[in-house]
Amino acid sequence: MSAETPSKLQKILNAGHFAVCSEVGPPRSADGSVIEHKGRLIGNHVDAINVTDHQTSVCRLCSLASVIRLKQMGLEPILQMVTRDRNRIALQGDILGAASWGVNNILCLTGDHQVFGDHANAINVFDLDSIQLIATVKMMRDEGRLLGGHQFHVKPQMFIGAAANPFAGPNVEMRVARLAKKLAAGVQFIQTQCIYNMDTMKTFMKLVVDRGLHEKVAIMAGITPLKNVGMARYMQKRVPGMDVPESVVKRLAGVPKEKQPEEGINFAIEQIEELKEVPGIRGFHIMAIEWEEKVPEIVERAGLYPRPVVD
Amino acid sequence: MIRAVGKPLEEVIGMVQDYPRILVAGCDGCVTVCEAGGLKEVKVLAAALRLYFTQQGEPKQIDETSLTRQCDKEYLAQLGDRIDGYDAVLSLACGCGVQFLADMYTTKPVYPGVDTTFLGVTEERGVYTERCQACGRCILADTGGVCPIARCSKRMLNGPCGGSDKGKCEVNPEMPCGWQLIYERLKALGQLDRFEQPITPKDWTTSRDGGVRKIVREDLRV
Repeated sequence: MSAETPSKLQKILNAGHFAVCSEVGPPRSADGSVIEHKGRLIGNHVDAINVTDHQTSVCRLCSLASVIRLKQMGLEPILQMVTRDRNRIALQGDILGAASWGVNNILCLTGDHQVFGDHANAINVFDLDSIQLIATVKMMRDEGRLLGGHQFHVKPQMFIGAAANPFAGPNVEMRVARLAKKLAAGVQFIQTQCIYNMDTMKTFMKLVVDRGLHEKVAIMAGITPLKNVGMARYMQKRVPGMDVPESVVKRLAGVPKEKQPEEGINFAIEQIEELKEVPGIRGFHIMAIEWEEKVPEIVERAGLYPRPVVD
Repeated sequence: MIRAVGKPLEEVIGMVQDYPRILVAGCDGCVTVCEAGGLKEVKVLAAALRLYFTQQGEPKQIDETSLTRQCDKEYLAQLGDRIDGYDAVLSLACGCGVQFLADMYTTKPVYPGVDTTFLGVTEERGVYTERCQACGRCILADTGGVCPIARCSKRMLNGPCGGSDKGKCEVNPEMPCGWQLIYERLKALGQLDRFEQPITPKDWTTSRDGGVRKIVREDLRV
């Protein structure tokens, strides 16, 4: 993974533990206590906490302010940054700002198209894409240089992450090739799209391992527990790039409505247990969407608690 | 070529309803090819306006013409001896033509009769798709001849994104993913190694981000 940083997440991965991350979605208001509440719910059960950046293009309290708040609570945040809303000037400025508060993890994303959000008539920026953002953070960290050429001394010590979606077919090989491209740009850890199709995930990982990519980047498997059959169906039909097999929908549909949340949690835990055995998987990213209170239970029942302590 | 579509009749009526004498001026260039602003469309629109205003009890003088091009002064000058006979011009040229006409006849109100839409191709008669955003520095050599700036909804230079689903764009399942097209094309050309080479941030100064663009060809000037 090269480049050592003060990141706790990086240290845990380097020590050979399965790492565990989860995420916090900021509120659509100026209420910072929501961040604190969600941070407290999961903080003791995960190594690092992603803060989403206007996810699904819905305007929210910004990820930069949110990660600073988590950092001040003593938690380990991961700053998610999408390239949709800010040009290279603003992106680099925000990275410097986050680093100035001791934020040591970043997840570089292109971002959903704004047409999905609450401001569908907005302009989009996309001055950079996720791969160019990865390379930019790496240059800032390793060379102390901005894209414009300015050299500086106090460098942002960022552990650099990105996403991968093995399921956005029709071609798993292309998805592995794109992962390789992110590696070439300088990515150090990957959080995958929510996994429901285990066969495709295993095919993806086999190709990754065959190429030796898993030795250069820590791949964390994305897990989103399904609350009920309605959510499963929605993810299956409505969310681009998501692959929910019919068998998963049927499993949830096969139990009474009041038992479906429990079945969703059971399924998520079984997935984690199965993925622990898949070569190349180095950790888990548990995205419990508006269901953060379930993260501790999932982590504990999946045998991932207590979390390791590193210096 | 530039592609355009005619504005809704109601919108056009709203623009010109206060003028008694109106010249509807088409262009024989791009907008004729995409059947949005040539002489044929001028005649149809002028007839519709005449009918509307007559039915409203306010008949107007609405005349028709079409110029070889509205983006060249020589052709715009051909209106010089008759333009004073009108209170407004409704131009069916692209946005360039409308502006150039207004530049030449500074005291004459000029209104746009079409929405200029994109630089594109004719898939089949009546079906046009975008191919170029005139960014000013062509990168097609790196991307298998498929432009990610015009054909990726996020103009990504290193796609496809995670929202590309079964070869289609997340914005619209009818829209091909530009990067899927690039991948397939590079594969067919035996150039897949290009796919894994990160493309560096683009210099957008040659695009609209550098301000209003201008080409000066000294070799052509007289």
